[in-house]
Amino acid sequence: MPDIQALVSDLASKLRKRRVQGSYETARLTAELLCAVILQHKEPTTNGAASLIEAVRRVGEQLIAANPVELAVGNIVRHVLHIIREEDLSPLTDIVGELKLSAEDDVEDIAEDENSQKSSATTDGCLLKPPLLLAVFEHLPDSATACQTFSSENIFAGKGKKLKSELIKAVNELIEDINTCREGIAEQAMELIHQNEVILTLGHSKFVKEFLCAAKEKKRSFEVFIADGAPKFEGHILAKELDKKGLKAIVITDSAVFAMISRVNMVIVGVHAVMANGGVIAPAGLHVLALAAKKHDVPFVVVASTHELCSLYPHNLEVLLNEMRCPSELLNFEEFSDCIDYGIASSSSLLHVVNPAFDYVPPELISLFVTDIGGYSPSYIYRLIADYYSSEDLPPQQKPAS
Amino acid sequence: MGAQKKRAAAAAAAARVSEDPDDLARQPLQAILLADSFTTKFRPITLERPKVLLPLVNVPMINYTLAWLEAAGVAEVFVFCCAHSKQVIDYLENSEWFSQPNFTVKTIESHNIISAGDALRLIYEQNVIHGDFVLISGDTVSNMSLTQALQEHKERKKKDNNAVMTMIIKKSKPSPITRQSRLGTDELFMAIDPNTKQLLYYEDKADHSKGTICLDKMLLAENPSISLHNDKQDCYIDICSPEVLSLFTDNFDYQHLRRHFVKGLLLDDIMGYKIFTHEIHSSYAARIDNYRSYDIVSKDIIQRWTYPYVPDVKFCGNRATKLERRGICFTAFNSEIEQSRSAQVGSFTVIGYGTKIGSNSKISDSVIGEGCTIGSNVLIEGSYIWDNVIIEDGCELRHVIVCDGVIMKAGAVLKPGVVLSFKVVIGERFVVPAYSKVSLLQQPTVHDSDEELEYADNSSGTVEFSSIQGTADQSNGEMTSESSEAHKPKLGTGGVGYIWSICEGGQEEEWRHSVAPIPEDKLTELSEAMDDDQELVTQDRTALSTSGELISDSNASEGDDNEDSKDDSVYFEKEVEATFLRAVEENVKVDHVILEVNSLRLSYNMTSADCAGAVFYSMMKLAIKTPHSSAIGLLTLYPSPFSMVASNAYPIYLSGELQQNTANIITTWQKLLKSYLLEIDEEIEIILKFEEMCLESAKEFSPLFARILHILYDKDILQEDAILRWADEKEGADESDKVFVRQSEKFIQWLREASEEED
Repeated sequence: MPDIQALVSDLASKLRKRRVQGSYETARLTAELLCAVILQHKEPTTNGAASLIEAVRRVGEQLIAANPVELAVGNIVRHVLHIIREEDLSPLTDIVGELKLSAEDDVEDIAEDENSQKSSATTDGCLLKPPLLLAVFEHLPDSATACQTFSSENIFAGKGKKLKSELIKAVNELIEDINTCREGIAEQAMELIHQNEVILTLGHSKFVKEFLCAAKEKKRSFEVFIADGAPKFEGHILAKELDKKGLKAIVITDSAVFAMISRVNMVIVGVHAVMANGGVIAPAGLHVLALAAKKHDVPFVVVASTHELCSLYPHNLEVLLNEMRCPSELLNFEEFSDCIDYGIASSSSLLHVVNPAFDYVPPELISLFVTDIGGYSPSYIYRLIADYYSSEDLPPQQKPAS
Repeated sequence: MGAQKKRAAAAAAAARVSEDPDDLARQPLQAILLADSFTTKFRPITLERPKVLLPLVNVPMINYTLAWLEAAGVAEVFVFCCAHSKQVIDYLENSEWFSQPNFTVKTIESHNIISAGDALRLIYEQNVIHGDFVLISGDTVSNMSLTQALQEHKERKKKDNNAVMTMIIKKSKPSPITRQSRLGTDELFMAIDPNTKQLLYYEDKADHSKGTICLDKMLLAENPSISLHNDKQDCYIDICSPEVLSLFTDNFDYQHLRRHFVKGLLLDDIMGYKIFTHEIHSSYAARIDNYRSYDIVSKDIIQRWTYPYVPDVKFCGNRATKLERRGICFTAFNSEIEQSRSAQVGSFTVIGYGTKIGSNSKISDSVIGEGCTIGSNVLIEGSYIWDNVIIEDGCELRHVIVCDGVIMKAGAVLKPGVVLSFKVVIGERFVVPAYSKVSLLQQPTVHDSDEELEYADNSSGTVEFSSIQGTADQSNGEMTSESSEAHKPKLGTGGVGYIWSICEGGQEEEWRHSVAPIPEDKLTELSEAMDDDQELVTQDRTALSTSGELISDSNASEGDDNEDSKDDSVYFEKEVEATFLRAVEENVKVDHVILEVNSLRLSYNMTSADCAGAVFYSMMKLAIKTPHSSAIGLLTLYPSPFSMVASNAYPIYLSGELQQNTANIITTWQKLLKSYLLEIDEEIEIILKFEEMCLESAKEFSPLFARILHILYDKDILQEDAILRWADEKEGADESDKVFVRQSEKFIQWLREASEEED
């Protein structure tokens, strides 16, 4: 346990100090940590899954509190909790003797094909949650606890071990998924990018880069406009990388997107998080780009992996939180140090610099989501979320709020 | 299988750590953190709590430094505690700093250390520093990355074993009016080799009244090019090689890091140790040196220049705050505050956990600590209010610091620049005057001797400091009760505490380092004063034009020589006068005065004739200043035939006593004057000077010219030759110049006759 605690506080402190950033990196580290948590968890003889869920949730809360802006952490924690609940149910079905096959399939399917898993989930019928019906949602906590108490009675030590190894397997598959999500997204590039098209992107996203490179490798020829993504100007990095791959890249400023949008066939961007309503939290400047695309009826495509799917709605408190970054990214402190002199009564700090990191782009501006499990329209996102997360695990903050 | 996985995970974790770009150093990087500034600038607060534990935006300062050190890849920190060491150690033990992975904090405690130099010597004796280390004081806020500076330092060290230190600097223009940086520190002059970045000259106490700085000629001779900066700020972050510690041990008189150590190394040619600089551009670094920098750095933190060390990021176990939009800008809030609906909390304000704010109160640009109670109709502007402060209805606070546990009764007003130390009580409707400091502890008596004062001014009055500490602790209990009675009138009804008197000399400078912004009238006053010697300023501006490169063989300065000397002679005269007046006041022995004037003469490169003139001038000035009472009575005793000359313009009655005064002064100080009258030329110089005075600066003397001449002759200060030659010289002059020759005609004639008789 102390070992785990050290690992947890290590990751928490890294998150706190903003030393781990970006949804991919945070998701991977969180999943690895939770894997270790499950591995080390010494379950009591009774009630194995419940205590495990409690342990994972406790770790999750620490991590989420460490940097609430990184929504991917919460996503992974909730997804792992969801996996535990599902796995917990499967031995139950084993004992009941019904639906044994579908449950076994379920375990393997999580990794292989999310769609089939979904179907298997629906075959589980009333035991697992039907995502659409609100009435059933309300009953769910009761039924879930009922299931747990029922299962805990039936779980022997051997069963507990089995549960754990199944869990480890499932979480490892999750890690594998996170690691390979880029390839999954990139596979779909051929279907979306056509010959001689002009693509516009903003800033630097690894998913977008992989996506474009995949199309290039398959001998598609197209042009990329890159809005440079102030204030960090990561678009310049993307331009360099694309140049190495032999792609024609044209750098423009963020403010020039309206000027160039009429020449563009498609906008492809990466985001920070996908909300449950199909909107996205994205680097600042993307909302303008989305509006420009809407105005000229250019398709606005968002590439996102499943770990960016967030079970929150944009009106949730923690989402309203925008990360205010360092003003020195915008301008040089030294140059302005005489303007930012509060020491003189007459000119007390009239100059302020505000540097918000994120924009919210509403779902109606988004044409398509390309995820590692296929392409979806914004209105379908809530279904994906229901497949990925259990409703019990929605953040506790939401309950008092609602 | 589980164990295997665990090992794999551990290996992965290890791999991640080593991939970390910050982790460049092969051997773990060490740091020395001085948790004592060895200064008295934060008194009276620092009498009760060490400076490093003072809250900066609700987080004790030392956390910013430690968090930065940890982020910068330092593996081991030695915290050197001196004053209030127990508080520092207790705080660290209860914080999470002792339980960090890959980051060890160790404390070194000593009580009889009075300077940074002593501290480093002690650390050297303990033999804990093995490689390069970062030297920093516990009041530094930064978010810079050390990687590059460290790499540069190591590479230089490899090439040149004498490169012992890398100093972090940052651009910051000093205000041309106040001659201080935005952090309230004095303007700093540095000469840096633009190619190697070697530091060649460091002067933080330049004399602005002169408007010049002096560089050693050798600097220009030895270096092909140097650039001279006045727009750099010293961040007080140094990367040092282990030699630095042994250097401190070898030179046991090094006390202050900059004043002694840096300047010592720069001047010392024998060992050839070199100091280099590293300039940071976009990142932030600043040291809290005085109240002004406390204010400025707090505001920088709130405006997020120090990101990620900002209120809403939990970098050191501080409580979570969240930002709320206020207008365009943001205010940091703790989740559990009670705020009345009608209270207005403006932008750039941080409000701590559990604070209550009453109705109609206005708060802007301020930091409020935890558990404070603020009544209604309170106005708080640009202030720093620490924990558990009670402010009753209708108080006004502008640009002040209020420490823990202070109680302000209803209607009390704090004027800008006030500092209220711990647990002070301000009575109802009492107005605390601007810039005053109030404490429960009595002000330590200031030693009168000049030297002691300077010592305290220089950052090392700690001997004194610790002794006060003892007495303060003892008397703490009784003082509260006692003071409430004895000093009741001082802080209004029910007030508890002493208002510290601002020590003389400091009064004038108080506004420079206060939390309050510089008042506008002060600025206009200063800029007017500047306009007066505009010439001087422009001259010095061009000479020190920011970061202009001076080529070694430039003759540019020669053209200025004439003007310089003119200015110099004015300054010289003033200096001599000041010396002389002091000598009169303090009854300094004549020999000593001669010595002092001689040293002035050498430093200003003056001739002895100049000295004679200046000394005489000051004597005459003194004679005028000496009060003439009962002068009318004296007039009858000393009827003067010559006094009629100027009687229209000046009351005659002056002349009698003035003459008496002059005679007295000349008698007393004749030895001084004589020591400069080596030849006849100097004597003539005196007469000329006197003549000049009578015409211009001291017309009171003009009726007495001949008489005083006579006195001077009587006292053997002037020889008859000199007087006669003066008279001869004036023979051919204009009528207007001859006024005084004519006045003393009788006397001169008498002299001539006397000399003829002798012949």
